[in-house]
Amino acid sequence: MTTEYLLQIDNVSKEYSGNRVLKGVTINIKPGEVHGLVGENGAGKSTLMNILFGMSVIHDTGGYEGNIIIDGNIVNPKTPKESMELGIGMVHQEFMLIPGFSVTENIKLNREVTKDNLFSRILGPKMKTLDFKKMGKDGREALDKLGMSIDEWMPVAGLPVGYMQFVEIAREIDKENLKLLVFDEPTAVLAESEADRFLKIVRKLADLGIAILFISHRLDEIIEITDNITVLRDGEVVSNLATKDADVHKIAELMVGRKLEQTIIKKTRDEREKEDYILELEDLYVDMPGEKVKALNLKVHRGEILGIGGLGGQGKIGVANGIMGLYPTTGKILKNGIPLPLNQPKKALDSGLAFVTEDRRGVGLLLDDSIEHNIAISALQIKNKFLKKLANINMMNEKEIRQHALEMIKELDIRCTGPKQLTRRLSGGNQQKVCIARALTLDPDIVLVSEPTRGIDVGAKKIVLDLLVKLNKELGMTVIITSSELAELRSVSDRIAIVFEGKLEGVLAPDASDVDFGLMMAGEYGKEEVS
Amino acid sequence: MDSNAVLQKIKDRNQSFGEWAFKLIVPIVFIGLCGIGYHFSELPFIFVLNEVIIRLARNSFLVISLIIPVIAGMGLNFGIVLGAMAGQIALIFIANYSLEGLGGLLIAVLVSTPVAIVFGYLVGLVLNKAKGKEMITSMILGFFANGLYQLVFLLFAGTIIPFKKEGLLLSTGVGLRNSVDLAGVRYALDDIYKYRPDAFPMLTIPVVTLLVVALLCVTLTFFTKTKLGQEMRAVGQNMHIAQVAGINVDRTRIMAVIISTVLAAWGQIIFLQNIGTLNTYGSHEQVGLFAVASLLIGGASVSKATYKQALLGTFLFHMLFIISPMAGQNIMNDSQIGEFFRVFVAYGVIGLALLLHAWQSKGKKQSLKSS
Ligand SMILES: Nc1ncnc2c1ncn2[C@@H]1O[C@H](COP(=O)(O)OP(=O)(O)OP(=O)(O)O)[C@@H](O)[C@H]1O
Ligand SMILES: [Mg+2]
Repeated sequence: MTTEYLLQIDNVSKEYSGNRVLKGVTINIKPGEVHGLVGENGAGKSTLMNILFGMSVIHDTGGYEGNIIIDGNIVNPKTPKESMELGIGMVHQEFMLIPGFSVTENIKLNREVTKDNLFSRILGPKMKTLDFKKMGKDGREALDKLGMSIDEWMPVAGLPVGYMQFVEIAREIDKENLKLLVFDEPTAVLAESEADRFLKIVRKLADLGIAILFISHRLDEIIEITDNITVLRDGEVVSNLATKDADVHKIAELMVGRKLEQTIIKKTRDEREKEDYILELEDLYVDMPGEKVKALNLKVHRGEILGIGGLGGQGKIGVANGIMGLYPTTGKILKNGIPLPLNQPKKALDSGLAFVTEDRRGVGLLLDDSIEHNIAISALQIKNKFLKKLANINMMNEKEIRQHALEMIKELDIRCTGPKQLTRRLSGGNQQKVCIARALTLDPDIVLVSEPTRGIDVGAKKIVLDLLVKLNKELGMTVIITSSELAELRSVSDRIAIVFEGKLEGVLAPDASDVDFGLMMAGEYGKEEVS
Repeated sequence: MDSNAVLQKIKDRNQSFGEWAFKLIVPIVFIGLCGIGYHFSELPFIFVLNEVIIRLARNSFLVISLIIPVIAGMGLNFGIVLGAMAGQIALIFIANYSLEGLGGLLIAVLVSTPVAIVFGYLVGLVLNKAKGKEMITSMILGFFANGLYQLVFLLFAGTIIPFKKEGLLLSTGVGLRNSVDLAGVRYALDDIYKYRPDAFPMLTIPVVTLLVVALLCVTLTFFTKTKLGQEMRAVGQNMHIAQVAGINVDRTRIMAVIISTVLAAWGQIIFLQNIGTLNTYGSHEQVGLFAVASLLIGGASVSKATYKQALLGTFLFHMLFIISPMAGQNIMNDSQIGEFFRVFVAYGVIGLALLLHAWQSKGKKQSLKSS
C-alpha cells in the first residue's frame, strides 16, 4: 500500500479507567508538513502523543483502539524504542532530561557513539566503550544548529528551563532517521525571543522533509508556523482545516465550542502617590544560570500589581526566584521595612510570600497525591491552616480541605473528575492551575507569579488573570507578575518594570507607548535620554 | 565591583559546602576512631599494618561487588549474600572432588559463575517487582535464600545430592558438616607471590591477591565508560526517562544485580581461600552486613559509591576490627567490649546511612514543594 501520507492516526480512541479521553481521532500528515494540534487543557492532546510514542502510561492502562500508520504500514508502537526506530521523535510536555548527566550525554542518551574494544568483541556491543570525543562533537553540532552557545559538557541540572528545552530539541535533531517530530507545547517554557528562534528552526526542519506535529496554546504561533490545524475538543476532532483558512479567533472558538469575549480586563487605575512600600530590593544579585540578576534595585508598592518584563536571559525570571531564595542571592530584601533572610525559601514563605514558579515541568506537585492535598499542603505546613484539634493532637481537617479544594477547582476551572483525583492524571495545563491554587491558599500578602499563563489555553488564561486582579482588588494582595508576554503584563499591571542585563532598566505605565517598551527592553531607553 | 565577580563569589560560597563536608565526615570520624583505638591498643604498628593488608586483600573484592547496583540506582545490594552462597557451593563442589591448588580455585570460580548468574537473575526479577524498596527486599531475600541453603545442605546433601568425599557429611550420612576444610585451596591465590620486605620481617604482602583487586578496580572504571555502564547510570538517575529513551530498564537492572552477584561469588572464594575453612552454615551470613558497612564507612552513600570509597572503607572497618579488642581490653579491661563495639559500629553505620538517605530524599521533595 502506498500513500502520500507519512503518518496516519486512524480512528484512535482511548479510555482511562472508564473515562473516554479520545474518541475516534483521525489525523493525516504528509512529509514536510507542519501540523498544529490545538485544544483546551485536558482535550487529549498529550494522550494522543503518548500513544504515538508508545509510552507505558498508555499500555499500562489498557492500551487504545485504532491504528497508527506510518508510510502506509500499520505500526502501533508499543514502546518508545519502537517509535524511535520508526523515526518518530518527541519533545514531551514534561522534561525528559537526566539532571546528573551533561548536555552531550543527554543528547546522545541511548544513542551513544561507541568504539570496539577487546571485551566488546567477546561480550557483545553493550561492552563497547563510549567515544566521548565524537559524542561531544555530535552534541556540539546539534547545539550549533540551534544557535546554542552553551558548553556541551555542562551538567543539565541548574540550566534555565529555556535552555533545557533546546537541549531536548538538540537531542531529537541529532537522530539521523528522524521522520516525524512531535512537540508537546515546546514554547510554553520559552521566552519570546527564544520562541522566535525555535519557530525558525521548526520551519527549517520541515523544509528538510521532516513532518512536524506541533501542540501549542499560543494560537498566533500556530497560525504563523503550521500548514494545517486539527482542533480537538473533549477528545474529538471538531475541525481539520488548512491554516490559510484560519485565524486566531476562529480557532479559539472551535476549541472552546462557544463564543469567546476577547476583551481583557481594562483596569481602572487610581493614581495614588504612594510611599508605602511592601517590598524593597536593594542591590540584589541572583545567581540563576541564564537569568542572572546583577545589582537590581526595585520598590514595590503595597497593593499594586507590578509587572516584570524584559527579554529572555536578561534576568527578569531571576528576580522572583531570588526573592524566594531559590537561587544563591546577595543584597538586601526588605519586606515591610524588615530585612528578609536571604536564600531561605521557608523563611520567605513564612513571611507571607507565595510563589508560582515558571518551571512548569518540574512543577513540584506531589504527583501521586490528590488535587485537594496538593492545594492544601503548603498552607498546612507553613500556615497551620486546615488543622483541627482532636484531644490536643493536630489533625488535618479533611472536610475543610475538601471545601476549599472544591472552591478552587471551580474558581480556576480545573478540569478533573473531582478533588480526590491524583494530579498525575491531570493534563499539563490543569496541573498548573493546581499550582496556582496552592500558592493562593497560603493567603500571601505578596504573590509572585512567573509566567502564569504559559501552557494554559485561551479560555483559562483569562480566568487566571481575572483571578489575580480580583485578589488584588478585593483582598488587597500585592501581585508581582513576571511574564514574557508584554500584552499580558499591560493588561493587568499597574506598573511594569523592565529588566535588562540583570538591572532595572526602568518602570513604565502599562499604557506607555510600544516604542518606549521596545527601547527599554533593548536597553536603549536610558541611553537615548542622556545623549 | 564587577558584577560577574560578585556572582562568582556567591557561587563559591554556596558551592554546596555542606554536601561536601557531609561526604567526608563519616570517613573522618572513622579515621579519628581508628587513631584513638590504635593509640590505646598499644599494638605494634607493623603488626596492625600487616593484618590490615591481609584483610584488605581478602575483603575488598566483596565490598566492591556492591558498587554496580548503587550506580544503577538500586541502593545497597544486601543480596550479595546469594553471591556468597554461590561461591560456597562451588567451594563445596571442589572439596567434594578433592580439587586442589590454584587449578582447584579456578575451577571453583568457573563453577560459581553460572550458579551466581542464576541467583542474580532471580534476585533481579524480584527487585524489579519492588522498585524503590530494593534494599529491604534484597535483605529479606538474603534471609529467605539462607533458609533454602540450609534446607539443601542439611536435608538434601547425602540423600538427593550424592557426596563422594568422606568426612564432608555428618556421621548420619545426611547433611553437610558444620565446617568444610578447604586446606586444598588454602592460600592458593595469596601464596602465588608474597612480598616480604627485608626491612620489616613481620610484613607479608599477598601481591597477587591485591593485584586481582586492582584489576577489578580498573575493570570497574572501564565498565562505567561502556555503553552498558552509561545505561546503568541513566537508569540509576531516572528510570522513567531512561525508558522513554528506549533503554530496557528492567533488563539493565537485572544485569546490574547479576554482575554484583557474580563478583560477590568470586569475592567469597577469595575470602575463603584466605580463611582456609568454610563454615557451611555461617560464612555467608554476615557478608552483606559487613560489606555494606565497609562501603558506607568509606563515605559512600546509597546513591553514590566508588571503588576508592570501597577500599578506604574496607581499610578503616577492618582496622577497627583489629584494634578494638585490645583497645577494649586496655580501656575497659574487657576485650569483649571490642567485639560489641564492632557489631555496634556495623549496624550503626548502616542505620545512619539509611536514615540520612531518607532525610535527603525527603529534603529534596520538601524544597520542591515549597517552590
Ligand atoms: N495517567 C492518566 N490517568 C488517567 N487519566 C488521565 C491520565 N493522563 C491524562 N488523563 C486525563 O486525560 C484527559 C486528557 O489529558 P491530556 O493530558 O491528553 O490533555 P492535554 O490536551 O494535553 O491538555 P494540556 O493542554 O493541559 O496539556 C484529561 O481529562 C486527563 O485528566
Ligand atoms: Mg498536554
